[in-house]
Formats: sequence, C-alpha cells, structure tokens
Amino acid sequence: MVDFLTSTIGLSGWLAWTLAATVSAVLILNVIAGGALVFIWAERKVSARIQDRLGPTRTGGRFGWLQSLADGIKLLAKEDLMPEGADGMLFRLAPYVSFCASFCAFIALPFAFDVVGQRLNVAVFFVVAVLGLEVFGVILAGYASASKWSLFGAMREAAQVVSYEVPLGMCVVVPVMLAGSMDMVTIAEKQAGWFWNWYVFHDPFTFVIFWVYVTCAVASVNRAPFDLAEAESELVAGFHTEYSGLRWSYFFMAEYGSMFLVSAMAAVLFLGGWNGPIPVATLLGFSEGTGDTAPYLIRLLGLANLVGKASLGVIIMMWIRWTLPRLRIDQVMTTCLKYCTPIAAVMFAGAMLWQIGLPGGLIPGAGRPGGEIREGWLEGPGGRAAAPPAADESRDVARVAP
Amino acid sequence: MANAIEDDPRIIEFDVRTDEMLVNMGPQHPSTHGVLRLVLRTDGEIVSEVEPHIGYLHRCAEKIGENLTHRQWIPYTDRMDYLAAMNMNLGWSLAVEKLMKYEVSEKARHLRVLIAELGRIASHLVGMGAYGLDLGTFSPFLYAFREREKILDLFEEACGARLTYSYITIGGLTADLPPGWLQRCEAFLDQFEPIIQEYHTLLTTNAIFVKRTAGVGVLSRDMAIEYGCSGPVLRGSGVDQDLRRDGEAIYTAMYDGYAFEVAVQKDGHYPRDHEYPAVPAGTVLGDCWHRFFVRMLEVVQSMDLVRQSIDRYSACKGTIGEPLKLAEKMPAGDAYLETECPKGQMGFYLVSDGSAKPWRVRARSSSFSNLAVTPELCRGCLIADVPAVVGSLDIVMGEIDR
Repeated sequence: MVDFLTSTIGLSGWLAWTLAATVSAVLILNVIAGGALVFIWAERKVSARIQDRLGPTRTGGRFGWLQSLADGIKLLAKEDLMPEGADGMLFRLAPYVSFCASFCAFIALPFAFDVVGQRLNVAVFFVVAVLGLEVFGVILAGYASASKWSLFGAMREAAQVVSYEVPLGMCVVVPVMLAGSMDMVTIAEKQAGWFWNWYVFHDPFTFVIFWVYVTCAVASVNRAPFDLAEAESELVAGFHTEYSGLRWSYFFMAEYGSMFLVSAMAAVLFLGGWNGPIPVATLLGFSEGTGDTAPYLIRLLGLANLVGKASLGVIIMMWIRWTLPRLRIDQVMTTCLKYCTPIAAVMFAGAMLWQIGLPGGLIPGAGRPGGEIREGWLEGPGGRAAAPPAADESRDVARVAP
Repeated sequence: MANAIEDDPRIIEFDVRTDEMLVNMGPQHPSTHGVLRLVLRTDGEIVSEVEPHIGYLHRCAEKIGENLTHRQWIPYTDRMDYLAAMNMNLGWSLAVEKLMKYEVSEKARHLRVLIAELGRIASHLVGMGAYGLDLGTFSPFLYAFREREKILDLFEEACGARLTYSYITIGGLTADLPPGWLQRCEAFLDQFEPIIQEYHTLLTTNAIFVKRTAGVGVLSRDMAIEYGCSGPVLRGSGVDQDLRRDGEAIYTAMYDGYAFEVAVQKDGHYPRDHEYPAVPAGTVLGDCWHRFFVRMLEVVQSMDLVRQSIDRYSACKGTIGEPLKLAEKMPAGDAYLETECPKGQMGFYLVSDGSAKPWRVRARSSSFSNLAVTPELCRGCLIADVPAVVGSLDIVMGEIDR
C-alpha cells in the first residue's frame, strides 16, 4: 500500500507510511471487534445447542444474530462503576492493556498471502511475546480492583500464563525450525499444496506437538478447562469481578481476540495457513499471472481458508468449554510442568533429528524437497526467507497457493 | 492452625511463611448453594480453615408452627428443603400421624411412595447438576434440569404446584392422581433411564471430574457417624444406614413389600455395580466422588421404586381416602419421627397439649449436620476444593435455617 501511495498518488514517504499504518490498524481493529461480536454470538448458539437450548432467537430477526450488538449497546449505556478502594488509574487502564496486547498481536498475523498488517521477519516471536503481555492487564485488573477474589484470579492467571509460555514457545519453535524462518508468511508458503504438506503431517513429532500446542494455547488464553482466572464457582468472576459495562467488554473482546489469534496461529504454523487441504486454485489453473482478477481470487480463497480454520479452532474451544469440568490450580500446573513441557521438549528434539535424518518426510517427493528446507535453515535468521519477496518469487509461490 | 498446615502432606514449603488472608465466601457467591457464608482463612491457594456461618435464611418456621394447626404448617415444610418439598410434607405428615396413631389407606400409602421417590429423583438431579456447576461444567446442570422439569410437570398435574406442593398431607394426600398420569410417569421413566448413562459419561467417569473429586474431602466412617451425618453423605462413607429400611415402624411400613437395596459400598462393591461404570482408581471411600456416586445410584433405585409403586397403586381398589380436616384436635403427647429425605434424615418433633395447634414444633435438619463436617473436610485443601466439598454434601439452606 505504501508503494501505491508514494508512486501512484505521490505522497511523501512519512505520510504514506502513516496513512498505510492507520488503514491497517483500523482494519485489524474492526476485524477483532467484529470477530468478537460474531464469536460471542456463536458461543451462545454453540453452548445453547450443546445444552438443549435455543440461545438467542429474536434480536435481529432469525437466529438472534444481532444479540451481541444489542448487548454491546447495553454495555455502553451501563453505569460506570468502580469499587471504592480501587486504584483508579490502574483499574481504568487494565482492560486496555489486555485489549491492546491482543490487538497488537494481530498485526503480524497473515490472513492470506500478502494480506498481513505488517510482514515481520520475527512474526512468530512477536505474536507469542505480545500475546504474553495480555496477562499484565489481568494482573493489573486483579490488583487494582481492591477485591480478594480479583486478586486470586490475577495471581492464578499470572502463574498459569507464565508457566504455559514455556511449552507454547517450544511448540511454535518446531514449525519455525522446519521452515527455517520466523516469518509467518514464509512458514505458510512452505506448506502450500496438498494437505499432507502441512507441518502437522510432516512427521510424527510435529503431529504430537500440534496437540501439545492446542493444549497450551487453550491454557494460555484462559479457556476451559483452564479458565481458573475467572473460575465462576470458585472466584465469583475472578479478575473481572468488579468490572462492568464497556471495560468489562474490553476484557471479553481481548479474550475472543486471543482465542481467534491462537487458532489462527495453529492454522498458520501447523495447518497450512491459507493453503486449503486441496490446492483448488492450482487445479483450476489460477495463478498470479492469469488475468487481473486471479490474484484477488487467490487471496480471497486464502482468506476464507485461514478464517475457516481459525474459526473451527475457536468452535472447538467452545465445545471443550461447554463439556468439561474445570481443573484445579495444582492440576493445571502439573499438566504444564510434568506433561506439556517434557513432551514438547522431546518432540522438539525428535523433530530436529528427523530434519537431519529424513528431511523430506516419510514419502520422498511427497513433501517439500529436503534440500530446500535445509537451505533456508542454514541461511538462518534474516536470510533469504526473511527478506521481502521479489515480485517473481511471490508469483511462483502464489501459483501453488490454495 | 499452624499444626494443621504442617500436618498436611500436600504443603511442602514449610520454611516459606506467607501472610494469611481471610476471605468471605458468600452469602452471595455462585457456589455456596443459597445464602451460606463460609469464612476461609487462606494462605495463597491453600485453605487452612473454613468456618460456615448460617442464619441468613432463618424464617422462624418452628415458632410459626405453634400458631398454626398441624395441617396449616404443611406449606412451611415445603419451604425447608424446597428441592424435595414432597419429602418434607411426608416427614411432617407421618410425624403427626404417629402422634395420632393414624394409618392411611393402602392406595394412599403407595401413592406416597410414588411421589416421595419421584421427589428424591428430582432432588438428586439438582444435587448432581449443581455439583457439575461447582466443578465448572455448565452443561450437565441444564441436562439435569431438563429432566427435573418433566418431574415437576408431573407434580404440577397432580397437585397444581411446581415447587411448594403441600401435596402429601396429614391423613393422606390432597388429591388423587388425574387420569393418564401413570402412563405419563412411566413414559418419563422409560425416557429417563438411558439418559443416566450420559450423566455417567459427562461426570462420573469423566477424567477431569474424577481428578477433582477422587480423594478430595474424605469423610471417614467414624467422623460421619460422630457428626451425625446422614443420607448419601453417610452412605458415601460406607455406613449401611437407610431409614426406609432401618427407620421406625410407621415409616418402614410405608415401604413394606418394596424391594430395594441400600446404595452403599459393601466389601468394595455397590449393589448391582456391574451395571454401572467401575469405581475409578484414586477414589477413597468417603470422598466427594463416592458421595456423588451414591446419589447417582439412588436415582436408579428410586426409579425402580417408582415403577414398583405404580404397579401397586394401580392394583389398589377404591380411593385414597380423605385427608384430615384443616383443624383437628390432636391427642396430648409428643412424637418424633425421622424420615429418609434425599438430603438425609429429616426429623420432625411435635408436642401437643390436646388442642388443634401444636404446643411446640421442632425440625431436625440433615443438611445442618452434613454441613458441620465442612471445617474438617476443608482443612488444608485448595480453594477450588471448597466448592467441590460443599457441593458434594448437597446442602439446602432453607432446611438448615428453617
């Protein structure tokens, strides 16, 4: 977009960058806010169907699809309450810290080829790091609420999220290692083609580590059965006990944003990103070169693929939430320290050895050629994979996209 | 208290002394089943002391009873254990009948068994569903309520009320069953029977559920007897006591000719336990899991009793007879009778001076005794275990405070 603004319209560099950044930020913000509305509605419908209920049926005509919006208006109109003993500034700040962390992580998330807020050569690292910041908002909220239940929730969240960062980090490192790049666009590109090119099917170790990632991701976004920070039956509502109105809804948006983000991460790192299970575009003969509309079609298809996969992940999280009881804090910690971390470590080592021994996968020729992977690997960070793609290279890659 | 902490094997960090915090759990808290207030002395997540405070729902029912006739007090018994109001009605009616040495007709006797056992199913369904809620799973609660609604529909048809029935009354029942009721009741039982397996899948054998309840809140046989526990709490500790079999003659006569086995573990086996999921490893007799399982067994047992009573009731000729007049003079004297209510042994005591109103009325609540073990069971447990333990005792505040 910057190129377009500078070359076609003739804006000066800084103005073009600012404009492009604003447009991207607004787009992502709306994706999160709109996505949260849709997911809150979906959660209601999914939970209702699981529980033999109907859920919202009236607001907005059929299926109650406007219910979340109506709730949003209600939350906007609610009285702004703050407990007497609360630390005013921190109490007000906390929801935005949470939300910003969730929001910022979306910047590096590729929705389709080239459809990314800002392509970063350390995107994986960036997303994991920024997502980890979300816990600060929760700790602030718990601390500033002047409520013992909130404090309990905050402490639980701090302990849990910090612990689960370790296995989560190990899990995301494996696709990084396979692709030889931390750039999420590159990682997804390397999984183009049929679904057996996806990293989850790369070798047995990646298959196992995918499930470790799922566990850790659910835990790191505080969803059931790891939703200890807001355990209703124990801590009333945990860290957001004292929150109401719009501030409370920011916590919710952050939660749903993070849910979508970790699901999208799973899609990009393990499930081929925007590449569908069947390379439809390639089979139909679409490529970057064919006509004016083909690149757009390919991107649209990729977008649908990624959003579909991520939404599926979110729905599975909902399904788990409405089925399983909650774990206890010591069991959550045991799951992390005794199971997830060692398994992730062993799988990491296994995937590494596999790369050396069987770089091309079990079936020679089915996966990507091993030499190419190792080549990218040897180049290391900031190498070819990290550099912005040249025009013809991107064309080459997009041909095998969805 | 320091000793209690040091004696607990789960607490490792003896050398780290942290500050204790007093937390009020309740009277407004999602998992204290009404208006129970628990004062927790916590050290981080560990609870060193729990003190229950009661009295938030005290309505002077016993004093009111001195100003009403015996039959007029029936609605007040409804509001004691409002989840099993039929059984409360029955307890009081039998106590008064014991004083009068009155015997109801054969048809009324079988109808009373039928209604009381249906009430037991309804009460255990709430206990079971709410226990899932205490452990953080919402869906079983709604599944349980779905089935309970059908029982309430049956009750509504029989007596016009859905919660406070006043159906069983002194000298019989207020009305006979409407036509077609028995068929609808049997249809409900047929439909309900396979569903119990779902509850076992979702809760009883669920890995997380077992983790949360096995070995938690172990109530030893001796302690259960010392504290005067009763009902499923007592049987969950392996004490073979059920007033329907071991009670006073006027009560056991009601169940004369009925075949049922007391749901208690004898020699490591529950009655007919080959039909149910195996007792998972890690459970200890007297822990939360066993208390829960006994309730589940009693649901099946009650269904069996309902079927038997339907047969016997329909075999009876004639009418159920007329209940006593609203104000009838009682012989002077006193009577005390305990009946096996879903929550435990509920006793009613009345002293009569020969007038139409009792001179003194007194109720002995099973939930009160069952609640009394909470401080013992919760010593040294985690915060998340407190709702797990209190929920497994299945208390009703209306009965404790009266």
